Amino acid sequence: MSTQTETAVKVQSAEPLFSKKNRKLLVDPLDSNNPITVQVLGICSALAVTVQVKPAFVMSLGVIFVASFSSLFISLLRNTIPTRIRIIVQLAVVASWVVIVDQVLKAYVYDVSKQLSVFVGLIITNCIIMGRLEAFALGNKPWPSFLDGIGNGIGYGVILIIVAFFRELLGSGSVFGIKLLGADSLTGIPYQGNGLMMLPAGACIVIGLLIWAQRARNGYSEDH
Amino acid sequence: MELISLGVRSIFIDNMIFAYFLGMCSYLAVSKKVPTALGLGLAVVFVLTTTVPLNWIIINYLLKPGALSWISPAFAEVDLSFLSFIVFIAVIAGFVQLTEMVVEKFAPALYGALGIFLPLIAVNCSILGAALFMQGRPYNFIEATVYGFSSGIGWMIAIVALAAIREKLRYSNVPKPLRGLGITFILVGLMSLGFLSFMGITL
Repeated sequence: MSTQTETAVKVQSAEPLFSKKNRKLLVDPLDSNNPITVQVLGICSALAVTVQVKPAFVMSLGVIFVASFSSLFISLLRNTIPTRIRIIVQLAVVASWVVIVDQVLKAYVYDVSKQLSVFVGLIITNCIIMGRLEAFALGNKPWPSFLDGIGNGIGYGVILIIVAFFRELLGSGSVFGIKLLGADSLTGIPYQGNGLMMLPAGACIVIGLLIWAQRARNGYSEDH
Repeated sequence: MELISLGVRSIFIDNMIFAYFLGMCSYLAVSKKVPTALGLGLAVVFVLTTTVPLNWIIINYLLKPGALSWISPAFAEVDLSFLSFIVFIAVIAGFVQLTEMVVEKFAPALYGALGIFLPLIAVNCSILGAALFMQGRPYNFIEATVYGFSSGIGWMIAIVALAAIREKLRYSNVPKPLRGLGITFILVGLMSLGFLSFMGITL
């Protein structure tokens, strides 16, 4: 019996780092299990930081970093955390990583950090991170949890950048701060910026349409 | 008078949902029926009204540069503001846990109505968001309390309104892939446009 479990453990540890299962963890959140459009997690910041592509990009990097490392650490600690106080422990771990991100942003990209204002701090309560910690990292080994964190971070970032791309392009005719549309731009196509896209309401509508497109494609639907 | 103006501004113009999208996750998840939406709304009002002033005290007497000088002048140059995220979230999570225990012990009926929502609130972005906004603005203690309370009211109005619309929406024929999340987002966008009309109102 004991030899059997031993071999089982050996077989498991011999699993390659990027086995099929692990790759699935990384790829699934990009589309079929996307944290924003399917799991409905982390909406707040997805809507608020997407007026331009640059802050959305920086925010995604921050979330990928925090999600992967907090998943890794919670997974390492998972057998020692008492269930009753696990939320506070998780919040403390996440908050420590967010402080690091915040200080780094303040030091190296101060203008973006000003633009993101409170939303860097709000990564702490970003439901993606807490949701993945609760649903995955608490019950899985460190390496898969780390991959799960990265995958969900990227899935979040992809949506963020798509939304930001449309909002910046339609709202001010530029992408990454480079003017693409309008009289004084690279292409010279005359274009009048659409003010609706700059408003918070624009983000909601773009994301609603994005969900519509995604669900029409993969056939997923929910009843009211 | 200024307090009323601040209150109206935080309820309608700087609405937590429509202007900043804070607390969206529970906003979308718990807005299917009006009574549950009202329950969560009340819990948010309560937690915001208590944690914002609590965090105000912590910033001004512990974390701000020079805030520790009330202990001894030697601490006058200590700046602990980089700790604010961790301290805020600890205060919020601890306070929510405490409230849950107190409510469960002394008001079981209220616990039945609110209790299930309280743990959700610890990770509701609007609570931490209000604390962080308050840190960035020069409010005094009273203003911080009014700000917390009226932000909560604004959030509650938003969730109850959305729940009412979604209850009616059940009878309409929405394209299949748009049902649920998609149409809700578009609805929130339109409601947010409506709330823009409050902009420019000054008292």
